[in-house]
Amino acid sequence: MKKVLFLTLLLSAVLAGQSQSDKFKKAMEQWVPVFDTTYSADGFLTLSNTFQRIADAEKNQWLPYYYAALTQVNAGYMISGPAGGAADKTDPIADKAEQLLNKAAELAKDNSEIFCVRKMIATLRMTADPMNRYMTYGPAAEAALTTAKKLNPDNPRVYLLEGQDKFYTPEQYGGSKTEAKKLFETAISKFDVYKPESNIHPHWGMAQLKYFMAQMQ
Amino acid sequence: MKPIQLLLWVSLFLLYKPASAQTVVKGIVTGNKSKPVYGVSISIKDSYDGATTDSLGRFSFTTAETGEQLLQATAVGYKPFSQLLKLQGQPITLTIALKEEVTELQAVVITAGTFEASDKKRASAVLDPLDIVTTASANGDITGALKTLPGAQTVGESEGLFVRGGTAAETKTFIDGTLVNNFFFSSVPNIAQFSRFSPFIFKGTVFSTGGYSALYGQALSSALILESIDLPERSTASLGVSVLSANAGYQHLAKNKKSSWGASYGYTNLALAFAVIKQRQDYSRAPAYHNADANFRIKTSATGMLKYYGYFSSSKLAFTTPSIDSLGYYDRFSIGNTNHYHNLSWRENVGRRWKVQLGVSYTNNKDDINSHMQDEDKKEVSLDGLEAKKFALDSRGNYFNAKMVWDRRLRGLSAFRFGAEYNYAKDDIRYQDYSGTPYPSQLRDDVTSVFAEGDIYITNVLAAKAGLRMEHSSILDKNNLAPRLSLAYKLGKGTQASVAYGIFYQNPERRYLPAAQPLTFMQATHYIAQFQRVVNQQSFRAEIFYKKYDNLVKSGFVNYRETAVNNAGYGDAKGIEFFWRDKKTIKSLDYWISYSYLDTKRDFLTFPYAITPNFAAKHTGSLVVKKFVQSWKMNLNTAYNFASGRPYYNIGYDPATSQYQFTDRGHVPDYHNVSFAINYLPFIGKKNPKSYPVWVLQVSNIFNIRQVYGYQYSYNGLRKQEVVPTSRMFVFIGCFISFGVDRSDEVMNNAL
Repeated sequence: MKKVLFLTLLLSAVLAGQSQSDKFKKAMEQWVPVFDTTYSADGFLTLSNTFQRIADAEKNQWLPYYYAALTQVNAGYMISGPAGGAADKTDPIADKAEQLLNKAAELAKDNSEIFCVRKMIATLRMTADPMNRYMTYGPAAEAALTTAKKLNPDNPRVYLLEGQDKFYTPEQYGGSKTEAKKLFETAISKFDVYKPESNIHPHWGMAQLKYFMAQMQ
Repeated sequence: MKPIQLLLWVSLFLLYKPASAQTVVKGIVTGNKSKPVYGVSISIKDSYDGATTDSLGRFSFTTAETGEQLLQATAVGYKPFSQLLKLQGQPITLTIALKEEVTELQAVVITAGTFEASDKKRASAVLDPLDIVTTASANGDITGALKTLPGAQTVGESEGLFVRGGTAAETKTFIDGTLVNNFFFSSVPNIAQFSRFSPFIFKGTVFSTGGYSALYGQALSSALILESIDLPERSTASLGVSVLSANAGYQHLAKNKKSSWGASYGYTNLALAFAVIKQRQDYSRAPAYHNADANFRIKTSATGMLKYYGYFSSSKLAFTTPSIDSLGYYDRFSIGNTNHYHNLSWRENVGRRWKVQLGVSYTNNKDDINSHMQDEDKKEVSLDGLEAKKFALDSRGNYFNAKMVWDRRLRGLSAFRFGAEYNYAKDDIRYQDYSGTPYPSQLRDDVTSVFAEGDIYITNVLAAKAGLRMEHSSILDKNNLAPRLSLAYKLGKGTQASVAYGIFYQNPERRYLPAAQPLTFMQATHYIAQFQRVVNQQSFRAEIFYKKYDNLVKSGFVNYRETAVNNAGYGDAKGIEFFWRDKKTIKSLDYWISYSYLDTKRDFLTFPYAITPNFAAKHTGSLVVKKFVQSWKMNLNTAYNFASGRPYYNIGYDPATSQYQFTDRGHVPDYHNVSFAINYLPFIGKKNPKSYPVWVLQVSNIFNIRQVYGYQYSYNGLRKQEVVPTSRMFVFIGCFISFGVDRSDEVMNNAL
């Protein structure tokens, strides 16, 4: 009898746990694809809030914090544009993104994806005031990307970000469209064999690559 | 029922959730003046449910949670909001009023009378630290850059900041809170000296042209407040070679990034430059300087920082100029100087709301000045009636300054500060006249001060700073009480108006002491009103001021030495100043324009009556342009400085009336100067550069315009001679390389 009681309790516990993780998975499955179809700063900020709610409710999942930071930094890029120089607007966003990413990093140590976002935040800060900040945030961005590559040399987003830098940097500063193209091609080849751990793990990048490759024509 | 069935029922019941209890929560979020706030994150705590407000501040969502739940609303720039809700399936409509969070970024800042160049992300800062070193007319000198701001005069014949009709001695410099004596190299007649400290050791500069805080005192006109850098970003080695100097330095940052140390040495010798660029003076010993400094910085806790900066310098120079007193003869001047400066400061947060700042500085300065006349063969001579031109002056100065400030944070950004300062100054001066008779004198002054100040943020848009300072000077044996008050009101985004009032006291300059009669503090009262607009990389500010001087020192001559007689001097200064900076209109071009109008008169020292002093021009203006040319990797900087003709005069003593009188007066021609500088940064664009060389080419007075600073008179007052720059044009070429000590592997290994 005791056995039966124990089994039943175990079953119900598992079921309850299952339903919790189902709920998480379902929510993430709903919102992760939205990232690929968001094109505005407001859209990204709204999405970041959504991921933050999931993150704060779950507390032990790195993915929602990761996406909350990623969407936040993307909103920053949308606001600053390639010209930059809007430190008063983008700095609070970079601060917020960093805060979210630190929480993700606590839950998932040595994660290549997290270092990719770290790189994006450093670049966002640098573009806001390049003259005064390139000595600080230039090397910081580079160090984060190097670490991301070291942690997972098969992460296609590493090459996408590297290519993006080459693409936007003027030639006299070491930018190069041909080098960028090579890096984008590497990223595409990495994507061909890339298998995300699950459908809610990071898989973004192909759309951006298509955009850049189209620019090359 | 069998127990097992019962259990199944129970567990089913546990897993069952009523599907009908969906609650719709909607509403509107408003902020300041009931304006809707968009982008606010609304959530039910510990659930996924929530929404983000739209452009009209509206939100709506459905939640499956039931019972008492906490609703939270968060947005950047607002205080977090939370409210308990009872979720029972009935729709809930909310109106949420968010309170603005007073942050340094948005709040009004008291700016009347101050220019700030700092790395703090303050809306009011119109300059950044880089601006100081890249101003063409600055010659890499901090004060050179500040002279392009309104309020400061372009005085070329002597060092220091002459602010709003004040003398250079009325500006005091502070590093990390404590007073710096001998900020400039020791004075040389008619040649302005540089400041001793490299602009690269400072991360923040506050240049107050009046109305400054009660934390600082003993300066009638202006305070220059410098903050040294904390831990460096990384370890670096540096090397610099120029036509004037060579220097090398090393900065080491500990692996854990909690401490650093560094040292540097530089040797400057102007012989080479003077061989190429002819000087007005004939140098028998071209200026040569040995400079060494050392520092350490230790992060003593998450919020604590201990910093030391030590400086040593030794310099010598000697030159002759054709004597104005006797044709065919020469005046020889020589000076040797050694100077030590040590500064130790510590800051720490004590508990959540208290901060303490402690600083001590010590200066030891030694000047040996020799003067005599020479004949054509450079032999020392003594001429009848001009014997007094031979003298020796040895001065030894020992200065100690200690300051403690306690800071208590109040609600929002409001704060209360108080503390004490002790300043010790001891000068041993030995004047030896032509006959070899020594006149030794010793002077000691202890100034003890206590002060308190409150920053009161009445609202996010209205702030006040009120302070009180009390000082006691041992040499005067007197106390003073100086109130300070400023107000700032935010008129709109980036636009604000401020006013400031204050009384400022200063001891009579020690060079005029000891005096036969008891003296008192000199006094200045400031009234300042300012309008400022900083929006979108464009800054505009206008300031009007009135400054009243009382108890200025009057002087006379005792044993050939100018000595304070009484405090009967007085004066005033009024003016209007404009500053405009624009980084936006033209891409990658940055320029600023400043203009100052100054109307000042004073009666002090040996002046027969109140006149405009020779260090005050009516109109002063600067145009500074910086252009970064990406494809050349070059920074092109140019600056134009203008000052309307300053007055000159000669004051003679009339034994018949025993009065001082003007024997000659006039105005020098207007002053124009165009400087140009190119910085070439070849490392830009290199991936992982190992070194960061910066090439500098700087030309001052590029159009070779004749500049006259004033006139110099012979002893008998019958002959006069222009005081002009030591050379018309000056060219500086140098290369400064810093090597990033590459430790990216180290960083990586720590990260993994």
